[in-house]
Amino acid sequence: MSISLDSKSPTGPLAQRWDKHKFDLKLVNPANKRKFKVIVVGTGLAGGSASATLAELGYDVHAFCFQDSPRRAHSIAAQGGINAAKNYQNDGDSVYRLFYDTIKGGDYRARESNVYRLAQVSTSIIDQCVAQGVPFAREYGGNLSNRSFGGAQVSRTFYARGQTGQQLLLGAYSALSRQIGLGSVKMHYRSEMLDLVMVNGHARGIVTRDLVSGKIETWAADAVVLATGGYGNLFFLSTNAIGSNVTATWRAHKRGALFANPCYTQIHPTCIPVSGDHQSKLTLMSESLRNDGRVWVPKNKEDVAKDPRQIPEEKRDYYLERIYPSFGNLVPRDIASRAAKRMCDEGKGVGPGGLGVYLDFSDAIKRIGKAAVADRYGNLFEMYQRITDESPYEVPMRIYPAVHYTMGGLWVDYNLMSNLPGLHVIGEANFSDHGANRLGASALMQGLADGYFVLPYTIGHYLATSGQKKVTGDEPEFKAAADDVKKRVSSLLSIKGKRSPTSFHRELGKLIWDNAGMARNAKGLQAALDRIPSLREEFWGNLNVLGDGDSYNVALEKAGRVADFMEFAELFCTDALQREESCGGHFREEYQSESGEAERNDDQFTYVAAWNYTGNYGKPELIKEPLIFDEVHLSTRSYK
Amino acid sequence: MNLTLKIWRQKDKATPGKFETYKADDISPDMSFLEMLDVVSERAQQNGQEPCAFDHDCREGICGMCSLVINGVPHGPEAATTTCQLHMRKFKDGDVIVIEPWRAAAFPVLRDLVVDRSAFDRIQQKGGFVSINTGGTPDGNALPISKKEADLAMDAASCIGCGACVAACKNASAMLFVAAKVSQYAHLPQGQAERSRRVLAMMEQHDAEGFGSCTNFGECEAVCPKEISVRVIAEMNRDYLRATLVGTDA
Ligand SMILES: Cc1cc2nc3c(=O)[nH]c(=O)nc-3n(C[C@H](O)[C@H](O)[C@H](O)COP(=O)(O)OP(=O)(O)OC[C@H]3O[C@@H](n4cnc5c(N)ncnc54)[C@H](O)[C@@H]3O)c2cc1C
Ligand code: SF4
Ligand code: FES
Repeated sequence: MSISLDSKSPTGPLAQRWDKHKFDLKLVNPANKRKFKVIVVGTGLAGGSASATLAELGYDVHAFCFQDSPRRAHSIAAQGGINAAKNYQNDGDSVYRLFYDTIKGGDYRARESNVYRLAQVSTSIIDQCVAQGVPFAREYGGNLSNRSFGGAQVSRTFYARGQTGQQLLLGAYSALSRQIGLGSVKMHYRSEMLDLVMVNGHARGIVTRDLVSGKIETWAADAVVLATGGYGNLFFLSTNAIGSNVTATWRAHKRGALFANPCYTQIHPTCIPVSGDHQSKLTLMSESLRNDGRVWVPKNKEDVAKDPRQIPEEKRDYYLERIYPSFGNLVPRDIASRAAKRMCDEGKGVGPGGLGVYLDFSDAIKRIGKAAVADRYGNLFEMYQRITDESPYEVPMRIYPAVHYTMGGLWVDYNLMSNLPGLHVIGEANFSDHGANRLGASALMQGLADGYFVLPYTIGHYLATSGQKKVTGDEPEFKAAADDVKKRVSSLLSIKGKRSPTSFHRELGKLIWDNAGMARNAKGLQAALDRIPSLREEFWGNLNVLGDGDSYNVALEKAGRVADFMEFAELFCTDALQREESCGGHFREEYQSESGEAERNDDQFTYVAAWNYTGNYGKPELIKEPLIFDEVHLSTRSYK
Repeated sequence: MNLTLKIWRQKDKATPGKFETYKADDISPDMSFLEMLDVVSERAQQNGQEPCAFDHDCREGICGMCSLVINGVPHGPEAATTTCQLHMRKFKDGDVIVIEPWRAAAFPVLRDLVVDRSAFDRIQQKGGFVSINTGGTPDGNALPISKKEADLAMDAASCIGCGACVAACKNASAMLFVAAKVSQYAHLPQGQAERSRRVLAMMEQHDAEGFGSCTNFGECEAVCPKEISVRVIAEMNRDYLRATLVGTDA
């Protein structure tokens, strides 16, 4: 049975769609809200803000996270900032411009209605966070300060030193803590969702494993929200926190939720290069550095091993400024990453293995002084020095692209509901707003837009209209799902082979990076697709997880996540192979211009690829949601 | 380089723990401390030993999960650095490194090097917020805040909630942690309406969780990876005194 997709995208003038839609949504009577129980899995920016807001509205909220506190979600690591169309700088910004930049930045692969709404609510986010006491950077006059980010020619990014994600998350966490204290949110820490429970075709609960006691439990509710973040750790090495994973969304997919555009991955241009085989993660150096840092490589290959300070100006190639004079060092991430790769492929890369380019602050230090540079980037420079033992005040930084963010995720409609009634998906876990490439400072914006200002309205409509009977958790579907989870846990423990979960993860990650990373082609993708099933077979035949399932077991935790990556990898590569065009972060070598820029194929690929699980990982069913553009004209993205 | 590790192993809250010795050979100075532990765990698994549990997530010094006492010092020898940001180049070939969990009555050990820090969350839940709901807030620029005050608030708000301050303190006091939050709001106009109530409620929970009181040794500041200054404790003490004298409606 094929599924037909209704995006529920409103029609009519773009600027009025969200207001009109809100008016058309059914409301839940305030006195009845308390009778509805909502499960929120994940308490990062998206889930934390949603849980707090839903509880304020009166819903009975149960929230879950796998860390020991909501304050530790991966959102905490965001450095650079959050966009909003405030036009405080009087430089010509507007809701329309933010909308336009985001649609264009996403290479015309996102839904117009969603993106416009995102730009509209962006301004309320800043007001909300300020009211919570988020200490955003200020000017001497007391007003909020802004910086510029890639892909935009206006200055609309709000920030709190290099710790914007931390401060925004702590803001959401403070609102959530208040509701926990009031008893309106029940928070479950160190608790991992391992399955979704469907009753009568609706999402009605989840199965969790308590990571400390190992206890498997089921939870029943009237609706389920997944806010479980992105899956960049498929690549093993990424800038994501070690625990970030695909488990929650993948298990929901296996219960029928469509996975949209899984191959859209953002490779961030400014990360600290890999230093050795022991490496467990990659560290981002915020994009904000490109405001003042200049990217270059030596013009001549013979100079790559030289001390960069000895290379005279005329022998340096400031290639971003040269190729993209109007955006210069502030081109979007996909463009900057590919340009760096091209330089390294041409043999001009610097540092170990020739996998690096310089990001140089010497001009900025000359222009504004060391103190001003330290004020803007001091903590990033320190972080860089701790890791590399080199001071960016003295020597140019070395940077290289790394996996950073996943635009793909579970398919949702305009109400942020998946194709499974009752299952809502917010934040990085859904696919909705960034198309094929996310602009910097837009993920924080989207997570908080979803959690504070969109989901709390739209979920009410579902609850008011779903017409489902209450469930208690005693229904057979709950027991069956819990039994599945128990079986899986004991199979992982019973293999007793030779290899650790990490060794499999590393091997899988390398396979995907080599064949489906910054540049992809049919041959490589096919090779990965041929290899994944046998690697997965080896995993299930030769995995070694010591200890038991009834206690704190870090290897077991990890093994479950790697097992899901092993399945998901096939869908990821299938999607990349299917999309025979280059767009945003998805670069197919077969589809590029003479100068190496991405070439879209709008006639054939202006759609969202939503994949349905068929029981066979290699043969998912493709369902297309055509993307309709009423407002913007699809053009070749140019930053020259 | 080659090292000897003495690592605290403990099955669960109820079972007493003990140190076990591990060899860590061929360690690269470019590894982070946690990457060194990854390697040691990986090898131990090959020999049929369960990997040692420790908390970590971001490995960038910001989530506050990592929490090891290294040679007696929370977060180890490098100032202003979390365990995950510490690199092996700070050690020498042949070193013996003792690795323990945070030790404090309010932070029970869950397993090996993992402790339960939920007491911190409960303190936050009592007053670590501004009581406003989503929506209906004034424009972000409606309320100018001087750069100086905003910077002081930000300095305090940088706390990552790791708990090193408690682990370092002879009295296992969490005053630096509590005061960081109190100070953030005290420097902002948004925090004024609840200023007195906040400090009383948070301190009441602090004491109820079994954290000790501050006797001004300053070990907390010395180990704090975010360099939170003890000035926040002085500020909080003033607020606390005022609140007890004039009451919560002031
Ligand atoms: C280093 C770095 C810097 C960044 N900087 C910026 C920036 O400057 N600006 C910007 O806009 N964006 C930035 N981003 C992107 C942005 O931080 C993320 O996209 C965003 O924070 C994701 O938020 P989220 O709420 O969707 O998910 P997360 O913050 O990842 O939260 C996921 C939550 O789900 C929980 N969870 C996951 N799986 C399970 C499970 N199975 N069971 C139970 N709980 C589960 C976790 O415990 C956690 O609470 C950055 C990303 C990185 C990696
Ligand atoms: S005050 Fe410092 S040591 Fe204490 S919890 Fe905060 S960051 Fe950690
Ligand atoms: S692991 Fe996040 S601070 Fe160390």
